[in-house]
Amino acid sequence: MTDHGAVTEPDDADDATADEPAEDGEPTESTAQTGAESVIASLETAGVETVFGVQGGAIMPVYDALYDSELDHVTMAHEQGAAHAADAYGAVTGDPGICMATSGPGATNLVTGLADADMDSEPVVALTGQVPTELVGNDAFQETDTVGVTTPITKSNYFASSPDSVGEDVSTAFALANHGRQGPTVVDLPKDVTTGETDVDPVEPSVPGTVDVQTHADDENVAAAAQTIVDADEPVILAGGGVVKGDATEELYAFATEHEIPVVTTMPGIGAFPEDHDLAMEMAGMHGTGYANMAITLTDCLLAIGTRFDDRLTGGVDSFAPDAEVVHVDIDPAEISKNIEADHPLIGDAGTVLDQLDEAMPGSPETSEWAEQCREWQQEYRLDYAAPEDEPLKPQYVVEAVDEATADDTVVTTGVGQHQMWACQFWTYTEPRTWVSSHGLGAMGYGLPSAIGARVAADDDQSVVCFDGDGSFLMTCQELVVAVREQMDITVFVLNNEAIGMVRQWQDAFFEGRRMASEYPWVPKFDTLAEAFGADGFRIEGYDDAPGVIEEALATDGPAVVDVYIDPTEDVYPMVPSGGDNGQFALSEEHL
Amino acid sequence: MSERNTEREGLPGPAPEERRRPKGRRSSQGIRIDPEAEAEHPPRRTVISALVEHEPGVLARVSGLFSRRQFNIESLTVADTQNDDWARITVVVEEPDPGIDQVEKQLEKVVPVIHVRELETDAVTRELVVVKVDADRPHEVHAITEMYNGKTLDAGPRTITVELTGDEQKINDAIDAYRQFGIREIARTGQTALARGETKTAVVPDHLK
Repeated sequence: MTDHGAVTEPDDADDATADEPAEDGEPTESTAQTGAESVIASLETAGVETVFGVQGGAIMPVYDALYDSELDHVTMAHEQGAAHAADAYGAVTGDPGICMATSGPGATNLVTGLADADMDSEPVVALTGQVPTELVGNDAFQETDTVGVTTPITKSNYFASSPDSVGEDVSTAFALANHGRQGPTVVDLPKDVTTGETDVDPVEPSVPGTVDVQTHADDENVAAAAQTIVDADEPVILAGGGVVKGDATEELYAFATEHEIPVVTTMPGIGAFPEDHDLAMEMAGMHGTGYANMAITLTDCLLAIGTRFDDRLTGGVDSFAPDAEVVHVDIDPAEISKNIEADHPLIGDAGTVLDQLDEAMPGSPETSEWAEQCREWQQEYRLDYAAPEDEPLKPQYVVEAVDEATADDTVVTTGVGQHQMWACQFWTYTEPRTWVSSHGLGAMGYGLPSAIGARVAADDDQSVVCFDGDGSFLMTCQELVVAVREQMDITVFVLNNEAIGMVRQWQDAFFEGRRMASEYPWVPKFDTLAEAFGADGFRIEGYDDAPGVIEEALATDGPAVVDVYIDPTEDVYPMVPSGGDNGQFALSEEHL
Repeated sequence: MSERNTEREGLPGPAPEERRRPKGRRSSQGIRIDPEAEAEHPPRRTVISALVEHEPGVLARVSGLFSRRQFNIESLTVADTQNDDWARITVVVEEPDPGIDQVEKQLEKVVPVIHVRELETDAVTRELVVVKVDADRPHEVHAITEMYNGKTLDAGPRTITVELTGDEQKINDAIDAYRQFGIREIARTGQTALARGETKTAVVPDHLK
């Protein structure tokens, strides 16, 4: 994709460049010559197609090995963008996304993206340059203890110690990122290791012998859990991100519809169950739907699949599903009874355990009354918004309008804040892996780089739309340069309220309206900014021009940015205050 | 395109106080409890033993995990074993039962960790302490050392340094006994332990033997 010819001489003092490129006529199939070539060969063996990264001194030998490789490289503007793009690539494809950066600042810039991938269990492999081994520990130029810095935010990480083993380090990191509960891994690559010679061939990715992931749940536990579900009067399924990542959406659909059990999702669980189905209660938690929060609060049996019971979902644990016997399915045993005690722990892969459960069900629970109650709540607490003629454009309307103008398989990515919540609430997700967001870490700036990663990952005929906020967009908008250079067909809707809206909303609700550092009346004109980058810029100022501009922006080939002037006073509701009771969600500020 | 609704004023639905409420509640540990009876797990002290691959950084991973997750640890020891490739980490933790369960499961997730378990109360546990006291009453210091089966490591005109081993209780008692002489410094190793008798402290899968 990228023109490698543009790589220029480095301006740092580092002159230890790689030896001559690989011998003539022997491209990727040959025995690796340098550690760096072994790194790239390992990626190729693992089936990697694309790498997102930024050049720099200590990683140069690896980039040099990329020069002769079949791998695509997407040059990002900032390493944070590379990590988020790799994360989104992982979210959309299910396969590890690869990012690459140099030592020191390159590696530390990856940190936000790795922490994000760790929180959301996204498969990401980061390759970082490092100063030569003999300089490690000397505070050399661009030296950072990358393994030390990334240990708490990765599944595991490796400091490559020799050209002979560096290929295996990369293969292991790839396998680990993808194995069991997915997550990020790092391989730190000292320059002498990547420039050193080796005749060791790349190996197929495999996880270390100490790693053992249970995919099949204990049959006795399954039988007991099935009996509990059958005996329940008011059962609810809580589908987490593990259902999407475990590719278990078909099994979930079969189970929920066969036994007529309403389905609530977490935020990462969006897409696990079609939101246009009768049984879909949609997202629960802080800004979840009223009906989801009613169902999850009053249920007597909660079948939770692939969720870690995050505090944004549970609110205060004392009032979370307090009458429910909990059946918890998770591939990570450490999530069982971490936040919410599981009466029936079922350790295993989501799809496998759902099949086991289905087989063990002695019948179906009698849920017709409960399902009817849930449908009543769907009506009673339907998501709605006021849109009087004389008020500015409502963001909810924009989300709905873009949803209607695009196909069902459109991938939606977001930044973090109010716009993200509106994108959860007012878009109807019907397919897995079409919702890409920063859930656990809540990293503002995720939207644009993740749209780039999603664009590379998605099918050519799939649309990619990004909802962003003005604050969130400003954090990573430099990545527009990538979208323009690669002529990526993405459409960014900046829901512009000239504020860090969620903070402003909390200040109004909990800090007596003291809006410290949350209002941004100095934001640029995002349509003009986009044009400066070479993208197409659009602006929506009200209801009259919205439909036409949305249509036009979506029809644009290549990147488009739509600056949407939304009502700056609009808040996100329903809302459960932090640590609050889900069943007592507020419908407006008066209820807080 | 969406219909614009110019009628509605905000979200519909009954206000919080008008809604059906659940009957029960959970403890702060997420455990469903009888609303009448408070059932919190009190913290208890126990020994967790982990067999790990002996590689650089493994101790940093384990200790980082404890601080990051706010596990309350009393001591942590690590050293190699009969197999050069393995090291054994012994941790004394003080946590409620759900916390102890979390310690084991989170440790198990650390990639170089081979096996983790909580040891039984009859496990053989030992700690070594080195105590430096004032040498004003050398005979009495020696008597206490004898009493606790200790050993004098260094005796000078101003200080005496002794070594004692034992379980935690014995070490604490001995230190109390030395206080009368004036303790200058103490170094304790923290507890190390093996399961008693035929019971295995760690189970190593065949493919790692």
